[in-house]
Amino acid sequence: MKRLSRYRRHRFAGPVLLVFALFMIGTTFSVASATTQKSASTLVRSAAIDEGRQIFLKGCSSCHGLNAEGGSIAPSLIGVGAAAVDFQVGTGRMPMADMSVQAMRKQPAYTPDEVAALAKYVASLSPGPAIPTQDVVNYERDGNTAQGGELFRTNCAMCHNFAGQGGALSQGKFAPSLMSSEPVQIYEAMILGPQSMPVFSDKVITPAEKLSIIKWIKATQSEPAHGGASLGRVGPVTEGLLIWTLGLGLLIGIAVWLATKAR
Amino acid sequence: MSASERVGGQVANYVDERTGAAKWLKKNLTKVFPDHWSFMLGEIALYSFIILLLSGVFLTFWFDPSQREVLYEGTYQPLSGLKMSAAYVSTLHISFDIRGGLLMRQIHHWAALLFMTAIVAHLLRVFFTGAYRKPREFNWIIGVGLLTLGIVEGFLGYSLPDDLLSGTGIRIAEAIIQAMPVIGSYLAFFAFGGAFPGDTFIPRIFTVHVLLLPGIFLALITVHLMLVWYQKHTQYPGPGRTEKNVVGYPLMPIYMAKAGGFFFIVFGVIALLSALASINPIWLYGPYTPGQISAGSQPDWYMGWLDGLVRMAPPIETHAFGHTISWNILVPGLIVPGILFTGMALYPFIESWFTGDKREHQLLDRPRNAPNRTALGAMSLTFIIITILNGGNDIIATHFSLTINQIMWFSRIGIFLLPPLAYVITKRLCLSLQRADRDLVEHGRETGRLMMTAEGEFIEVHEPISKEKAWMLTQHEQLTALEHVTEDEHGIRNPKTMGGKLRARLSRADAEQIQKPGGDSHKEIDSY
Repeated sequence: MKRLSRYRRHRFAGPVLLVFALFMIGTTFSVASATTQKSASTLVRSAAIDEGRQIFLKGCSSCHGLNAEGGSIAPSLIGVGAAAVDFQVGTGRMPMADMSVQAMRKQPAYTPDEVAALAKYVASLSPGPAIPTQDVVNYERDGNTAQGGELFRTNCAMCHNFAGQGGALSQGKFAPSLMSSEPVQIYEAMILGPQSMPVFSDKVITPAEKLSIIKWIKATQSEPAHGGASLGRVGPVTEGLLIWTLGLGLLIGIAVWLATKAR
Repeated sequence: MSASERVGGQVANYVDERTGAAKWLKKNLTKVFPDHWSFMLGEIALYSFIILLLSGVFLTFWFDPSQREVLYEGTYQPLSGLKMSAAYVSTLHISFDIRGGLLMRQIHHWAALLFMTAIVAHLLRVFFTGAYRKPREFNWIIGVGLLTLGIVEGFLGYSLPDDLLSGTGIRIAEAIIQAMPVIGSYLAFFAFGGAFPGDTFIPRIFTVHVLLLPGIFLALITVHLMLVWYQKHTQYPGPGRTEKNVVGYPLMPIYMAKAGGFFFIVFGVIALLSALASINPIWLYGPYTPGQISAGSQPDWYMGWLDGLVRMAPPIETHAFGHTISWNILVPGLIVPGILFTGMALYPFIESWFTGDKREHQLLDRPRNAPNRTALGAMSLTFIIITILNGGNDIIATHFSLTINQIMWFSRIGIFLLPPLAYVITKRLCLSLQRADRDLVEHGRETGRLMMTAEGEFIEVHEPISKEKAWMLTQHEQLTALEHVTEDEHGIRNPKTMGGKLRARLSRADAEQIQKPGGDSHKEIDSY
């Protein structure tokens, strides 16, 4: 202590102290201001989560539980990720209109912003699959239609029909038509496996292959009706119906006319 | 005589001196055919067949019946760069690159559907009017043969393009072949030249589809028509129409013009359908690979009943002595169709056995006057309709918000309950219609005019119906049931008891009929 007090009156003591003080102030300020910035971003995110939580409490908690822990009629949402919310709520399947065999696609009950908030809230509970970004789902650039068609016929057509028109499953469940599905939703469905659909992990169908499937589905949505009316693209059932009604009906009508006696 | 007439006469004379055709033509061009719309159903089938031959020849010019694997580099982009069979590639080529190719493919397929539809409609007309009775039993059997061959020919035809749907159908056909006990697996190896799918099946069915079966068709259709020609056409009952005459128009010129015109109308309707409605869009199905399947895979409608039967069969298998017998395929895929088609072919003989009617019939029955036959027809039709509906159970389920399981159980139970119910209801309906006819003959037509008697009673005035109409309503026979004799007058027991009792039972069911109007009014009508 003696040593320090000996230089107390040194002529450089003042400037050194000033430099030291400035350094301390600067450091303190930079540390303090950084903390302020960080806490502001946390605040914004928690505001979105909060908004999502409010929507959740109003619209979802009666079935999924106040903390999304699930209940006797609805599964836990802890760990399902933002992608699940984006798919289920974004396509209008959730909230369910009725508790029948499966959730139906319908007009979404929430705006895209509300869906995003809800997704953030559910994702904040525990990590899960994130919503694929537009850059990931760049199917126009990274997909191959013909390869996608082959993958679709191998993995998807058995339930969704050869042209993505959907098909029946057991006990009233069904694979929906894909004719109005959006690329991100299709991608999400493949990684999530909603309802009766199996999960197609990135090991089973690689991300590039997923994009090819999406490209083929988009091409099929705008596929022109070669050869006239497509009759629903469900195979020979509608063809048989048409020949018995219009085809034979027309010809019997003409036969009756031909066999009518001239008056 | 004008110059053209003179030249025409000379040409005709030249031909006649060398062929002797004039005498034959003179006889046959004046041959009379009765006129009724329902007699033209068979014509629709015949004309569809001609259109099938013509459009089929066009398709063979470009179709390559080969299962050789090739890389597709054609015009249809969604399949570009995929491996597929040459058969599928050539069908894509016909659809997208050959001028008018897709239209011709659609004409060929729509004509095939119409061919089968018209055959079934014609068969129903022949059945419900009793046109198969003596002397036409053989022609009935030929007709059943044509129907059976038509189903096979149609199936082979839509199997040729080697698309995903047709491959699925062939796979099921292979399963049905394999379901035959003992010989099944050998037969399947023989048909496919080894394990499924192999590379010989498409070339083989191509030969059968374009050569063997059309040849048999031509032969059978010729015999079918020659028999109609020789036996003369049946006719509906009416004043002046008897078992000994045919009332109608001569072949030349009226019937010739009508039939010729009708051919072009049938062609027109098929062309219209083919131009407006897509059929079998093979480019959407994709090429066949055994690892793929589409939801809602269906056969064409004429195979639908078979698919429906297989779909409703409960999954029962027996394993014995190292062999598996798949009852769920064997029964609905082979045994039931066998019973159905054998029963159908033999029905004229079965009917004449239990009615004891061995006479010739040129006049057709009104369906209501043969209640037993009409009810049996309705019963069979109900059976087939249930199977066809069950064949499309997945499409019905998605489009009418039902479940596959509901439809399957409805079919499983309904297939036993509904046909007998249809029998009872149809028979009651026929008898009711007979009663209405009898009422009309005895009491005349309701005029809608009300009359009040002096006592204040209201009566509706009835007007007698015309004699033609009364004749029509009373011309049918009063049926009588056969009696089964268990013992003769010496007390000797009839050895044919079992068959005899069954025969008497069926005969009683057949003879159930409303008594025709009797008494004076009946005599008056008879003398007309």
